[in-house]
Amino acid sequence: MKTTAQSVRTESTAYKLRKFLGVAIPQLILMVYTIIALFPIFMIVINSFKAKKYIFGSPFSLPTPTTFDLIGYKTVIERSHFGTYFSNSLIVTITSLLLTLLIGAMAAFALSEYKFKGNTLLALYLSLGIMIPIRLGTVGILNLMVSFQLVNTLLGLILVYIAQSLPMTIFILSSFMRQVPKELKDAARIDGANEYRIFGLVIPLVRPAIGAIGIFTMIPIWNDLWFPLILAPSAQTATVTLGVQQFLGQFVSDWNAVLASLTLAMVPILIIYLIFSRQMIRSITAGALK
Amino acid sequence: MYERKKFPSYILVFLAPAVIIYTIFMVYPLLNSLRMSFYTISTDNREVFAGLDNYIKLFTNSNFAPRFSGALQNNFIFFAIHMVVQNSIALLLAALISNEKRRGANFYRTIYFMPTVLSVVIIGFIWNLILNPLWGVSKTILGFFQLGFLFKPWLGLASTALPTVALISVWQFIGIPMILFYAALIAIPEELMEAATVDGATSWDVFWKIKFPLIMPTVGIVSILTFVGNFNAFDLIYTMKGANAGPDFSTDIMGTLFYRTFFGQQLQLGDPSMGATVAAMMFLIILTGVMLYTFVWQRRVQNIEM
Repeated sequence: MKTTAQSVRTESTAYKLRKFLGVAIPQLILMVYTIIALFPIFMIVINSFKAKKYIFGSPFSLPTPTTFDLIGYKTVIERSHFGTYFSNSLIVTITSLLLTLLIGAMAAFALSEYKFKGNTLLALYLSLGIMIPIRLGTVGILNLMVSFQLVNTLLGLILVYIAQSLPMTIFILSSFMRQVPKELKDAARIDGANEYRIFGLVIPLVRPAIGAIGIFTMIPIWNDLWFPLILAPSAQTATVTLGVQQFLGQFVSDWNAVLASLTLAMVPILIIYLIFSRQMIRSITAGALK
Repeated sequence: MYERKKFPSYILVFLAPAVIIYTIFMVYPLLNSLRMSFYTISTDNREVFAGLDNYIKLFTNSNFAPRFSGALQNNFIFFAIHMVVQNSIALLLAALISNEKRRGANFYRTIYFMPTVLSVVIIGFIWNLILNPLWGVSKTILGFFQLGFLFKPWLGLASTALPTVALISVWQFIGIPMILFYAALIAIPEELMEAATVDGATSWDVFWKIKFPLIMPTVGIVSILTFVGNFNAFDLIYTMKGANAGPDFSTDIMGTLFYRTFFGQQLQLGDPSMGATVAAMMFLIILTGVMLYTFVWQRRVQNIEM
């Protein structure tokens, strides 16, 4: 009798311990990785607000009124063309994004809505670019841009980015558009709507997918180094990514300027990410981007 | 019965812009690059058909062959590090987060994906600073764990530079496999696990015997995405080590070799047709990977499911 009660008690302590560890150990692993993921970014941001002496003297402490210094930001704003880079990046990213979504949605609509000869073949042709990176055609792209006189223009970059983003956009959007109920479109057709009107009707219905694709298209364009470096390296057409890369190369020994420019380049994209992260992650986990 | 109608013009209007831009700026340059790998450019700037000469030069010429085999080998090491370190840590994190009772899952998910959205240029410089012996941040951290003696200028040594750069790339891109594994894991119906838990299986068993076989298709997707991404990588190494992929070409991969061959470097002039040849080799490697995935892996996984 006594022994049974004892063993039940020890068993329940063992059980509780196991249950506690079953929660605590995963949490510990997840927290350690949180630190690994955030720490380098955190170090750059806090030190960008310190005077040089303290960047080296106390790199791990937060900026205080004594250590606070904006000299790095001052150098960046005076010595680099951050404003130009920033507006170039905005123009290139937003134009490519909007055109990709419009053109991609149109093609996705045609592929998902109409049965015509060669539909499957065309869909396959357009989806080749999902797996084959456009970068491998760089020699050909540069030749093309030279003959169109689009070297060192933002338009050249925009056209390449649209071509790069279309395959994935069309692939995902057409799978979403197939799910739009047929009755809805047929009802509109009976009311006399033409096919362009029907397209306008379908777009709002796939808005969540368009939002997710938008973010996934935008990030690689904003972050790209390869094509700005090769197609538009001039000071007037440099994007933020290229501009930062060149600025950092020149100012490599000016720690304040380096840290400040890294922070300036990171913050906008992180803010956009944090605003949209929920929608973006939900769209993947809903199977939208498989 | 079946009436032949004229091809409706609105279909053309919908399709034309996408097909035209995609063909002119993606398909045509790609085919043209492949074509150029069979030509050389003569001194008076004309293209001369050269057959397989460029390829023979790439495999045998003493200026090209060692660089090519070195870059290829480094690229496979780069890929292996991603497969082993990135994808297994990503699987562990996804498995932990996907537990429906896990507190803070949204928070972790958001944080782990954060480095992925940043530009590779920024990531490269951040780690250049963190690992810089002058700043000494990483040495101090190691010292805190009594491991200060381990510190070396990892990026500067030929023996450690490639694994270091690969691990930085792992740190940045781990969010992608993590989120794909996570999506697959939460899609598994709850009943399957409940039945097993009632039978007394531990969560370790449940994971390896039930969940893991079910997410095999995602394992395949993650592997092929890693492969294509790694054999197309360039930005990180260019940012951290320059086009010469130092020290002593120890971090040289196909992307940096392509860039150097195409644009030239200090002593060597750029050569578009040799650049096109390197790109064609990258194309072949990536295509082989994609074919293996499509025709071998996907077919086997489908058979298992049936």
